[in-house]
Amino acid sequence: MTKSLIEIDSLPSEGWPFSEIIQETNALTRRLFLQLMRRPSTLLAGILQPLIWLVLFGALFSKAPDGLLPGGTSYGRFLGAGVIVFTAFSGALNAGLPVMFDREFGFLNRLLVAPLRSRKSIVFASVIYITTISLLQSLAIMWTASLLGYGWPGLGGLLLVSFTLLLLVFAVTALSLGLAFALPGHIELIAVIFVANLPFLFASTALAPISFMPSWLGWLAALNPLTFAIEPIRAAYAGPIDLGIVLLHAPYGEVSGYGCLFVLLILTVGLFFLISPLLNRKLA
Amino acid sequence: MFAIELQKLMKSYGSVKALNGLTLNVPEGSLYGLLGPNGAGKTSTLRIICTLIAPDSGKVTVAGINALVNPRKVRRELGYVAQEVAIDKILTGRELLNLQGDLYHLPQRDKGKRISELIGLLDMGDWIDRRCGSYSGGMRRRVDLASGLLHQPKILVLDEPTVGLDIESRSAIWELLLQLKDQGTTLLLSSHYLEEVETLADQMAIIDDGKVIAEGSPDELKRALGGDRVTLKVREFSNARESEKVKELLVNVDGVRQVVINRAQGFSLNLVVDNQGSLPLLKEKLAQNNLQIFAMTHSLPSLDDVYLQATGRTLLDAELEMTASRDLRKESKKSMR
Repeated sequence: MTKSLIEIDSLPSEGWPFSEIIQETNALTRRLFLQLMRRPSTLLAGILQPLIWLVLFGALFSKAPDGLLPGGTSYGRFLGAGVIVFTAFSGALNAGLPVMFDREFGFLNRLLVAPLRSRKSIVFASVIYITTISLLQSLAIMWTASLLGYGWPGLGGLLLVSFTLLLLVFAVTALSLGLAFALPGHIELIAVIFVANLPFLFASTALAPISFMPSWLGWLAALNPLTFAIEPIRAAYAGPIDLGIVLLHAPYGEVSGYGCLFVLLILTVGLFFLISPLLNRKLA
Repeated sequence: MFAIELQKLMKSYGSVKALNGLTLNVPEGSLYGLLGPNGAGKTSTLRIICTLIAPDSGKVTVAGINALVNPRKVRRELGYVAQEVAIDKILTGRELLNLQGDLYHLPQRDKGKRISELIGLLDMGDWIDRRCGSYSGGMRRRVDLASGLLHQPKILVLDEPTVGLDIESRSAIWELLLQLKDQGTTLLLSSHYLEEVETLADQMAIIDDGKVIAEGSPDELKRALGGDRVTLKVREFSNARESEKVKELLVNVDGVRQVVINRAQGFSLNLVVDNQGSLPLLKEKLAQNNLQIFAMTHSLPSLDDVYLQATGRTLLDAELEMTASRDLRKESKKSMR
């Protein structure tokens, strides 16, 4: 060990904020994908599970009388959008877990002693990762749905699905990472995920339209972020996409497709800024 | 000029006081050793310097930068090698170093060059492309050291860098640290190995109960103690009453400066004497009072004596005491954030 340590003699000077954020986000994202590639079982399970939902749930109501659902769609076709959104939601809700484990194993300290331009890079990396997985899952769901005869949304529909999921995943991932920084340990985080998961599903329009629900549940469903993601995607399945028309007949009024996306956007931006102080807890 | 200046740091975790007015100045270019038993506040001090936690009160200046106001600037100047090596088991060592290089915003070209340089320097070529999960303790520590050095920090902070390592890895790391010092890096390392501090450090501080109780170069501290050391036992396991009695007898013998009862070592007596001329006088005094000598050893002051003088107990005893009173659950909680 006689070689000189100082070979590159200039310490890297402070770079552009934007390119630094790209560099650190890129590196953190690469780590998540390397983990996924070397441990693919979670991805396989994540793709298989919604397909089971789709097949079993679709079969459960396959003999429901025609014309029961608004617009006369079949239950399977109605269900597809719900399963897509719920799958993305669960995935994003779990986004905080790897960060929590990094915290518990001390790996997070490695990130926190590094001069990250912004700790939001940790959020961005998770969002990119979860969004990619959600899109893969969604493609699998849509493909299976089309095999089951539930229809195919077309290219424009695919874009709408991607955009809607991106908004929802961003919001829920931000929330989950915020919890990962705020809660004491992974047990508590898992408890929160466990409690939140299914109620968000049932109190949404994933499995049934609002017109089927008692008014209190209708109110909950009409306030549930999942509903605002489900309706545009369902509309994409219904035929030519027109976001200007009313998609959600909520107890408090009518909401158009644009309205739904706008609500999701506000939610995403709001949660993103809400968790910022948690990321910079104690020290900026 | 000081590389690190800490002023009157206070830090509590609930009702536990980790730091209690700690003040410490690390001169630029020095290899500074922090000596103290587990739980004395070494790790808290280092975590504050590395901007992982903020003190409840006090001032922290690192490389001339106020760490509490501008932590990100401090992070750029600082390399940190933590005690518990946290490593992503599923990545290879090289991937981990690449990640680290990007977190410190090294330009792509420099990054690759720097990584292969460090792989050569730390002799990691044979296994760096294997997954970290398969590494031994020494390998992990070397990867960690490399990632702390990747951005060529002016200041390197190491928390117990050789704890639990085999002798070979340990001396390799020691050699590297001395080399870094020669090249102008300021190093601050915590340790509870006397030998490590004695071998490496040109400046040192003893920390106990969350504050600095002695500082200087190891030689200065030993010289300041002055006198020779005598450890005396009148029987293998004595008791408080007897050792008190013997202390009374010996404290007035010519040339004896101080007598300390070492409870943890079977109530043996630790004496400071002017020179070895006192030894026959001590023996004579004991014989006059019909006391036997079970053991009597004579030595020049050691770092352990410095520690004993400062804290009233040896490092080993302090360690045992701390281990008994430690709350591991609380500690693992405070290491998370």
